[in-house]
Amino acid sequence: MALNRRQFVQIGAAAGLIAAPMINRRAYAAEPIKVGSLLDLSGPLGSSGQTMYDAIQLAAAEVNAKGGLLGRPVQLINYDTQSTIQLYSQYAQQLALKDKVDVVHGGITSASREAIRPVFDRFRVLYFYNVLYEGGVCDRDTFCTGTTPAQTVNKLVDYTLKNFGKKAYVIAADYNYGQITAKWMKKYTQDGGGSVVTVDFFPLDVTNFSATIGKIQEAKPDVVLSALVGSNHTAFYRQWAAAGMKSRIPIASTTFGLVNELATLDAKESDGIITAYGYYEEIDTPASKDFVKAIRDKFGASVPYIGELAAVTYEGFHLWAEGVVKAGSVDRMKDIVALESGISFDGPSGKVTLDHATHHTIRNAYVGKAVNKKWQVLQSFPNQAPADTAAVCDLIKHPNTDKMFVIDVK
Amino acid sequence: MAGAIASGWASFAAMLLAGLVLMFGLPHVFDLFGLLQMTVFVAMAVLALSQGFIWGYGGIMSFGQSAFFGLGGYTYAVAVMNLGDSTGAVALAIALPAAFAALLGYFMFYGRISDAYVGVVTLTVTVILFNVFNSTAGDWYTIGNAPLGGFNGMPSVPPLNIPGHPDEPLDPGQLWYAAMGSLILVYVLLRGVLASRFGRVVVAIRENETRAMLLGYDPRLYKLLTFTLGGGIAGLAGCLFTNWGSFISPTAFSLAQSAQIIIFVLVGGLGTLLGPILGAVAIQYMVTLIGAQQKVDGNLIVGVVLIGFVLLVPQGVVPVVRNVLQRLFVRTPRGGTAPVASEARP
Amino acid sequence: MDLIGLTGFNILVAIATLVLLALGLGVIYGMMRIINLAHGEFLMLGAYATALATNHGVNIWISMLIVSPLVVGIFGLLVERLFIRFLYGRMIDTMLATWGLSLALIGLVTTLFGTTVQGVSAPLGGFAIGRYQGSLYGLFLVACAAAMLGGLYALLRTTRFGLIVRATMQNPNMAAALGVSPPRIYMATFALGSALTGLAGGLLAPVSGTAPNMGVAFVAKSFITVLGGGAAFVTGTGLASTLFGIIDEIATERTTPVFGEVALLLSAVILIRVLPQGITGRFFRRST
Repeated sequence: MALNRRQFVQIGAAAGLIAAPMINRRAYAAEPIKVGSLLDLSGPLGSSGQTMYDAIQLAAAEVNAKGGLLGRPVQLINYDTQSTIQLYSQYAQQLALKDKVDVVHGGITSASREAIRPVFDRFRVLYFYNVLYEGGVCDRDTFCTGTTPAQTVNKLVDYTLKNFGKKAYVIAADYNYGQITAKWMKKYTQDGGGSVVTVDFFPLDVTNFSATIGKIQEAKPDVVLSALVGSNHTAFYRQWAAAGMKSRIPIASTTFGLVNELATLDAKESDGIITAYGYYEEIDTPASKDFVKAIRDKFGASVPYIGELAAVTYEGFHLWAEGVVKAGSVDRMKDIVALESGISFDGPSGKVTLDHATHHTIRNAYVGKAVNKKWQVLQSFPNQAPADTAAVCDLIKHPNTDKMFVIDVK
Repeated sequence: MAGAIASGWASFAAMLLAGLVLMFGLPHVFDLFGLLQMTVFVAMAVLALSQGFIWGYGGIMSFGQSAFFGLGGYTYAVAVMNLGDSTGAVALAIALPAAFAALLGYFMFYGRISDAYVGVVTLTVTVILFNVFNSTAGDWYTIGNAPLGGFNGMPSVPPLNIPGHPDEPLDPGQLWYAAMGSLILVYVLLRGVLASRFGRVVVAIRENETRAMLLGYDPRLYKLLTFTLGGGIAGLAGCLFTNWGSFISPTAFSLAQSAQIIIFVLVGGLGTLLGPILGAVAIQYMVTLIGAQQKVDGNLIVGVVLIGFVLLVPQGVVPVVRNVLQRLFVRTPRGGTAPVASEARP
Repeated sequence: MDLIGLTGFNILVAIATLVLLALGLGVIYGMMRIINLAHGEFLMLGAYATALATNHGVNIWISMLIVSPLVVGIFGLLVERLFIRFLYGRMIDTMLATWGLSLALIGLVTTLFGTTVQGVSAPLGGFAIGRYQGSLYGLFLVACAAAMLGGLYALLRTTRFGLIVRATMQNPNMAAALGVSPPRIYMATFALGSALTGLAGGLLAPVSGTAPNMGVAFVAKSFITVLGGGAAFVTGTGLASTLFGIIDEIATERTTPVFGEVALLLSAVILIRVLPQGITGRFFRRST
């Protein structure tokens, strides 16, 4: 299409009109608010990190689309920690000392969190950990926004006691998360009048479960409670189905399907497995649907399952943003005070509120069942408190605590 | 021969001077972050030296140097949390891994296990340690008042302090001097060892074990001592690493960590002491840069670099550069002393 | 009684799994003294070949038994031509190059397929052992492992190709003098070992899954088995797999999986200490 001179001038003028406020705004907001992000985007944990990275990019883009925070744009500084702990420490120092960020969202495993938390304490940086974990972090500079066992394991065990039976067999990954979650599974089962026949732990590199499947058959439990972690452990569900056990003993898990298990397993291997999380992609609320659509629009339809990791990261970022707005500043101490004042955010999982005493979140919990490679949400429990951490941590009375408690499950 | 010795002293003096200049110069050039980053690079350089020494000079292919590194880190953390003062903790962090190396070395060398099997045994021991430390999450795995913490590791480990004054910890800037000072000390120590009669026997055994044995040297003993020294140095590196991050976790024992050490030595140059140091710094700098971009997978880059080095520069950067420099500046007649001397020169 | 049957069956499956894991490595190490540290990734490629082919509509048996060994065999051939052949006689360098290859393959597969790939599920189903359930697919694995061991033994002991290969490994110069081309034999052996590894990866895909990092979990076990077996690698791999399979399975059954793993590794270390040349370095020396 050929333009005559007049049209050309008109278009130019229109473009100028549009461009003018943008130039203006940029001149006005010279100094962006810097947000650090530390996630494993490659290596064994890469699949967990990628979904969280998508979510935080979306949250930052949304905030910027609404004009940023306090009139300043938000700038995301991200480093790929490549699934190595040393790089977590290194990049944490870089974010704190060189990039001088105002807040850091990140960490996936508890080990990575414990590596970087002291760095941010030492160099005075506000820190958000947006992953479900075993509970117990009690530190005024740190906010943990994911679910803890009291919020999910409790619901999961209640469901299995009611629907499957009283006798449970626990299998869990042999590290902190698995060990502590197994204790909670045992406690809730016994509280509900049931019993746990055996607890078995598996190193993360175990792929052969045949002996265990034999032992489970021998014990004849009513349900298998699983806290297995990682792609190696996914082999359990395959071997379980291959042995024809699928139709005989049901499985309930606190970890299954958190990342991509539903996508990698066949429907006949995963159907019927019960889980409990703070969020499922299938939750049928407008906020949840918008969130899923926004991620798929921004990063393509090929984005794998959008689960609790993504939702919590997204909500953690927005909670922080609400705190900044309320404090009217990015000063660390002012933000902490504002965040402690009962800030809440209506996210894809429902209403999420920061709890002053624990710096954890009061949030909804859901129980779901795998049906044809999707989650069917069976039950929802609004406003669940992090009761486990609350039992050991009170930052209102002892604001100077800086510790990770190993919660004594009785 | 006299010329070679003189040039050996000259290169030693030059290296020492360069080390001291860096030690006292870098704090004026770098900001705190740069200095902290150099501190961890230097800690890993000490680790690379231990591998470079036992592999390049002792001919021992250990796939488990990270076992001693991790033990050093854990020993320091447990000891400093119990003792309060860091001086004894550092000594323990060197002594315990050395003792463990001696035990393992006795098992391997006096069992006359062949070279490839030494690699496998060290690898297996590392995997066992990794598994064992991973499963120490329970409350009962507490030594004194230091919980081992399982996979999560041990956070908030107290830093080094002025000897005898537990209430005067080193700040990150001062930690740099401790790390770089350690590197220089280890370098000087290894130069001394290699120049000694002991060091010559070690190299002789690497060259031809049977011949050395027939000359009356017991290769088992020399290998054992070399391996033990290497274990102690790796322990020191672990101690420095723990100090840098105030943190130690079982990933210190991981195979990826062992792999990294071997890559440091290979890229820098096998059979040199300068090579592992430069290799450690260069590779870590590269890995740090990779993490700041999201376009290419980190593993892919490291893998391709490794393959490239093995095929194109198998002897490592330092020997190649040194040969080029020698050819440019030193007019040695072909077939002269240069190739022989290069065997034992760092 | 039923329980003994189930345990016995599980032990057989564990032994078969170790044989599958180690055999391809055994061919490459046993005949060429090349330590292929990318072995785990060759398994991973085999598993990916099966998973991708099956998900694109190929029959699962064809994917496992034909596509996987073919793809990985050809890949092994390329690797041998492109760089292994420059490194013969340099054991450490080959180790490092294959280590690099291992990292590069993990990175490459992650880049190409992402961290999530739809796996394949085990065909066949379960069968009853008294009151217990065993996996029919496990039985199939046992049959495959036995067939691979037997086939390889027969290939090396009874055919002309086997004779030439063994002669070349014993004394390449003499073989060359008799008109054999050692480089071509090396090439064929490496491709054969790769193909066996690919087949194992394909066979194990339905029980272990498919992920870029899956090889890491297997590589240490494979090496321990091969080195524990010793010089006569076919017999040795069979014997070492039997020994380690029994120890691992019984220790896991009696105690915990953690202890089972540690027991396996410790017994391997002790075995190597007692028999530094592996089992066949001391016994069955005249086998292959």
